[in-house]
Amino acid sequence: MSINRRQFLRRAGMITALGLGSSFIISGFRKKEVAEAAEYGKSSKDLPAKRWAMVVDMSKFKTEEDFKRVTDACHSLHNVPDFKNTKDEIKWIWKDDYHHAFAGGHNQYLDDHVIHSPFMVLCNHCENPPCVKACPTQATFKRNDGIIAMDFHRCIGCRFCMGACPFGARSFNFKDPRPYIEEISTEYPTRTIGVVEKCNFCYELLAKGLEPACVAKSNGGLIFGDLADTNSEVRKIVSTKHTIRRKPELGTQPSVYYLIGGDDHA
Amino acid sequence: MYKGGKIIASLIIFIGLLTLPFFYNMGKANAGPDVPLDTPAIQQLADKDKECVESPEYMRANHMQLLNDWRTAAVRDGQTVYVNSKGTEYEISLQDTCLKCHATDTAASPVVLNNPVSSNTGMSNPTLNSSNSSPQFCASCHDYSAVKPLCWSCHFEPKEAVK
Repeated sequence: MSINRRQFLRRAGMITALGLGSSFIISGFRKKEVAEAAEYGKSSKDLPAKRWAMVVDMSKFKTEEDFKRVTDACHSLHNVPDFKNTKDEIKWIWKDDYHHAFAGGHNQYLDDHVIHSPFMVLCNHCENPPCVKACPTQATFKRNDGIIAMDFHRCIGCRFCMGACPFGARSFNFKDPRPYIEEISTEYPTRTIGVVEKCNFCYELLAKGLEPACVAKSNGGLIFGDLADTNSEVRKIVSTKHTIRRKPELGTQPSVYYLIGGDDHA
Repeated sequence: MYKGGKIIASLIIFIGLLTLPFFYNMGKANAGPDVPLDTPAIQQLADKDKECVESPEYMRANHMQLLNDWRTAAVRDGQTVYVNSKGTEYEISLQDTCLKCHATDTAASPVVLNNPVSSNTGMSNPTLNSSNSSPQFCASCHDYSAVKPLCWSCHFEPKEAVK
């Protein structure tokens, strides 16, 4: 019962055609209708901007209470857990001293008041964000309005972004954060263990036409606006008054400016 | 065929054993989950709100794809409004839009499941604390089909904040 070469090739061809054809019959006719005639758009309340930026007016941050009020407003809105120890600490906006905030070659004759003042620090939402380049899954990305946002769904917890960020603005969830959230806010989801998080300039509030939570509670100490808009308050302050930024020599172009000295300030 | 009788007899026994489970379960079809769409929470809504963002048939087949698209639109593209195939606008929000109707109704009787194996807790990750259970509406099908989406390890039902 031997077959010759021609018969073998013919049978092999028939079986291949049968296989391909039946796979088409099974999958081809059952194709899911995914394309429903639907569209996506922005909310009518959405605040448009080309580059969101913040000015921190240091003259408005004098007491411990000024810092705590702003930090609490942010951390309670975004369900930031409190692990009660600095190793696991999660921070979105917090205070730090001059030497840590503006590290490297400070002016030794600088006003004592400035050197010893704490500063409000947060993610700088850089123009050239090193964290975005480091992220292997594009979980961290730059939005069109300049905000460096995180897609927590995509974060795999590799922490390359934390190594890349020169400002220490990112925190990692070493533990499940849910049990450590004192009061759950329904305005924002929580995170899970193994996810990096940071300030997001409250883009979820901007989409509803509201200003960021920290700005609302800062009593004018934090000024928020579009740097690309020549009439915005932040643009006017940055172009007319003396402001400094954290580690500008690294070329990341931070969007958070510190207003010290001048007029009634500092 | 050499020893043909034995071979054919063995083949028949083999096929019989192979198909035994199918014959054993014949006529005992599992009826599947009974998802209540007529809960008091939904009945209280105005008539125009009683419709889902897309047709029930479309949602049943494609809700996972739609949720993925919503996520991409809202998180990555900053587009928070969904205009459905009929031109109605909805806010893209799992918690505020989906759960407005599909939240677990604590007052109503629990979801009836015909499958005795499944529970209605729908834990996404048992190592995490128990507060991340799915809404009953989601769990009734996901438990039945043994699907474990991770939505509720971060998102939650608003009622949890009230506790």
